[in-house]
Amino acid sequence: MENTPVVQMRNITKRFPGVIANEGVDLTLHKGEVLALLGENGAGKSTLMNMLVGLYRPDEGEIYVNCKKATINSPQDSMALGIGMIHQEFMLVGNLSVAENIVLGLPGLEIKPNFTEIGKRIIELSNKYDLGVKPDSIIDDLTVGEQQRVEILKLLYRGANILILDEPTAVLTPGESKELNSIIKKMLSEGKSAVFITHKMNEVLDFSDTVQVLRKGKNVGTRATSTITKLQDIANLMVGRDVLFSLEKGEFKPGEVKVELKDVTCITNTSPRPLLDHVNLQIRSGEILGIAGVAGNGQQALSEVITGLRRTCEGHIFLNGIEMTNKTPLQVINSGVSHIPADRNKMGIVGDMSVGENLSMKKYRTEELTQHNIVNKSLIKVFANKLIKTFTIKTPTQYTNAKFLSGGNIQKTILAREIDSCKGILIAVYPSRGLDVGATETVRKNIIAQRDKGAAVLFVSEELDELQMVSDRIAVMYEGRIMDVMDTKDATTEKIGLLMAGVERSDV
Amino acid sequence: MRLVLEKRNEKSKKMQILVPIFSLIISALLGAIVLLLTNANPIKTYATIIHGAFGSPTKIQYTLVKMLPLLMCGLSVGIAFRLKFWNIGAEGQYVMGVIGITWVMQFWTWLPPILVLPIALIMSFAFGGLWGGIPGALKAHWKVDETLVTLMMNYIAIGIAEYLYINAWKAPKGNMGTVKYPEYAWIGKMWGKVHYGIFIALILVAVLYFLLYKTRWGFELNMIGKNSEAARCQGVSIKRNIILAMILSGGIAGLGGGINSAAVTHCLTKGVDSGYGFTGILIAWMSNLNPILSIFISLFLAALQTGSDALQITMKLPSSMSEVLQGLILLPLLAGNIFIDHRLRIVEKKSTEALEE
Repeated sequence: MENTPVVQMRNITKRFPGVIANEGVDLTLHKGEVLALLGENGAGKSTLMNMLVGLYRPDEGEIYVNCKKATINSPQDSMALGIGMIHQEFMLVGNLSVAENIVLGLPGLEIKPNFTEIGKRIIELSNKYDLGVKPDSIIDDLTVGEQQRVEILKLLYRGANILILDEPTAVLTPGESKELNSIIKKMLSEGKSAVFITHKMNEVLDFSDTVQVLRKGKNVGTRATSTITKLQDIANLMVGRDVLFSLEKGEFKPGEVKVELKDVTCITNTSPRPLLDHVNLQIRSGEILGIAGVAGNGQQALSEVITGLRRTCEGHIFLNGIEMTNKTPLQVINSGVSHIPADRNKMGIVGDMSVGENLSMKKYRTEELTQHNIVNKSLIKVFANKLIKTFTIKTPTQYTNAKFLSGGNIQKTILAREIDSCKGILIAVYPSRGLDVGATETVRKNIIAQRDKGAAVLFVSEELDELQMVSDRIAVMYEGRIMDVMDTKDATTEKIGLLMAGVERSDV
Repeated sequence: MRLVLEKRNEKSKKMQILVPIFSLIISALLGAIVLLLTNANPIKTYATIIHGAFGSPTKIQYTLVKMLPLLMCGLSVGIAFRLKFWNIGAEGQYVMGVIGITWVMQFWTWLPPILVLPIALIMSFAFGGLWGGIPGALKAHWKVDETLVTLMMNYIAIGIAEYLYINAWKAPKGNMGTVKYPEYAWIGKMWGKVHYGIFIALILVAVLYFLLYKTRWGFELNMIGKNSEAARCQGVSIKRNIILAMILSGGIAGLGGGINSAAVTHCLTKGVDSGYGFTGILIAWMSNLNPILSIFISLFLAALQTGSDALQITMKLPSSMSEVLQGLILLPLLAGNIFIDHRLRIVEKKSTEALEE
């Protein structure tokens, strides 16, 4: 590794209203190096990198690129310095070709671009780095992994030497992650450098040369990856205290079947393959059934058909032994189902209503909060304050609009409402996604508490270790199908990983 | 130095009051520029408007009479907008209300006289409700764009009305307009031009306030308007509520037409489509969809309209000047609303040149 620093960030501080996102952070990236930027959600990793690509400006501190002081005011400025970022959400136009996407927005592009020339250049770059990108493919026809490689190529095409990847493996199968790793290694050998944002510790060892850990916006440690002997050390650094790697769980005593799906199939005209393909599942009382799978393989559709938000085309759904196929969401709620939805801001809360009102959105129908159809504000006040206390929701008052809360507290608000009204069945979809360790623990503990009280729980997650920790059984979904259901003790990471990637059980 | 807009952590209470006041002042200044360009003295013009609206008891009466249909249309649009249902069809719903009341007044002659007015008013509500319910149902069941449908249905309603007062229902005398309603079914006067219909409107304001802010149904409408997907997840039926709210919205506009006809025009004739429904959009928006605030906003706009009539006479200004001034009111208000959620901060500008280390 050559020892020239290509990027130096010195004493960077960035404030947002009420929050310090970064405080006095230093960062050095050398040529030919992968720096893993590790930290919990909200630790300030993305903010720091967004300042490097000109999306934010630091309030204090200086940035040096190739030993020259640089002021980066826009992504154009950073691109001119050879810095490019791949965001979590890809910035691609779905119905355009790879070549069109790559030249889109390129400064100095002629009115009628010469696509044969551009195509040649793309193939050249693609071969050089083993990207396997074809210039004529339409983005919508590509897999997520391929789209990511288009994003990488887009930056290379623009002459980027420093690539920033924001949680690039979150959307990939284990196999695709390995491919990404070899692509990055290849780029390093060509003299490029990369920053790799992640909150997954096991990736750090595979991908990086150096690890820098951020906590609450501050730098808490920088280590060469080769010197790390125990992951636990890095984990403690990241969280600031010993992490619970297991959760207390009562004895597994499954009771009668509470949720049953028989051959449930769901087809839409927007997707070429069925969202759900002859799904058969049973969840018993006192049991947590975990659903593993890469996002977008039918997990959300599964939760939606059970909660009545989506109609099934075929098959039958039984809740508490009663047929509930294609009943309305209200009928499903009344039969005792609570739902923590996948997208907490879009489906879980009404941001422009108060925390108290959001907490009341299940029980406002009952005599507990309304009498003779009139909403009783003083009952809501008592009820909301009780839940805010029990679930330690951090909010200025219960009258604050829910959108002003942090992600973790928004999720706690939803959790409080759904757990409070839960009558035997809980559907939790990505309940800990994007939360910090503290909030994650609250969510997991509450879900396990419901199971110990005898609820049947469907628990969808992308994190294998979380699934192994929380679930009693694990089902793996791939392209709308249930690949396999197994007891958690039999569910090794390797086995689930292969099933998630679509490898049939007989081939395992 | 440069200015930065930052998101506030909470809505600013102070700004919620200051923004309407300042935007009104800015509107007046903008209006003054337009007036100066047409060689009119702005101060004299504004004075004329105020005098024209409130200068004598008769003028006040005119303003109050004008306020009633505006208020009804403002309330109507306000309910639909709560659901983010962009009903710009209050005009057509108002016209349908007039057709409804005229049908009863002209043809249901077998009714006992005492029942004619109440049944006629109910019919105006029903006709308006039908005209609002159709786009509601289309949207709820087939996701048909409501903006287009409600706009188009205005012209259908106006077309039907024209056919009726020129052709099918035309009075034997004259070349347009239906027969006058029977006098015993008119809404009576209480102070000069001002009629008892104003009480119906005020009672309606109270009922709507209660319905929208105090009941379970109001809570559900609030949820749908602010995040319909979350409301659906909580078991609220979006379809049912959109249709119900649109029947209510259309019905109120229709009832507005009914009251105005029974109290003022006493027939269906030319001029039934006088733009109350469109001004209703302005009222709903300016009052922040609050029924009580709607009273004051509709009074203000009624005053602007009656006052501007005086401009033609005393200032020799075209009557369309009132529409210009009306339009200028909304723009600064909409632009100013950003300060309720955001604050302006001055930042010291740093050197933008790259320096050699």
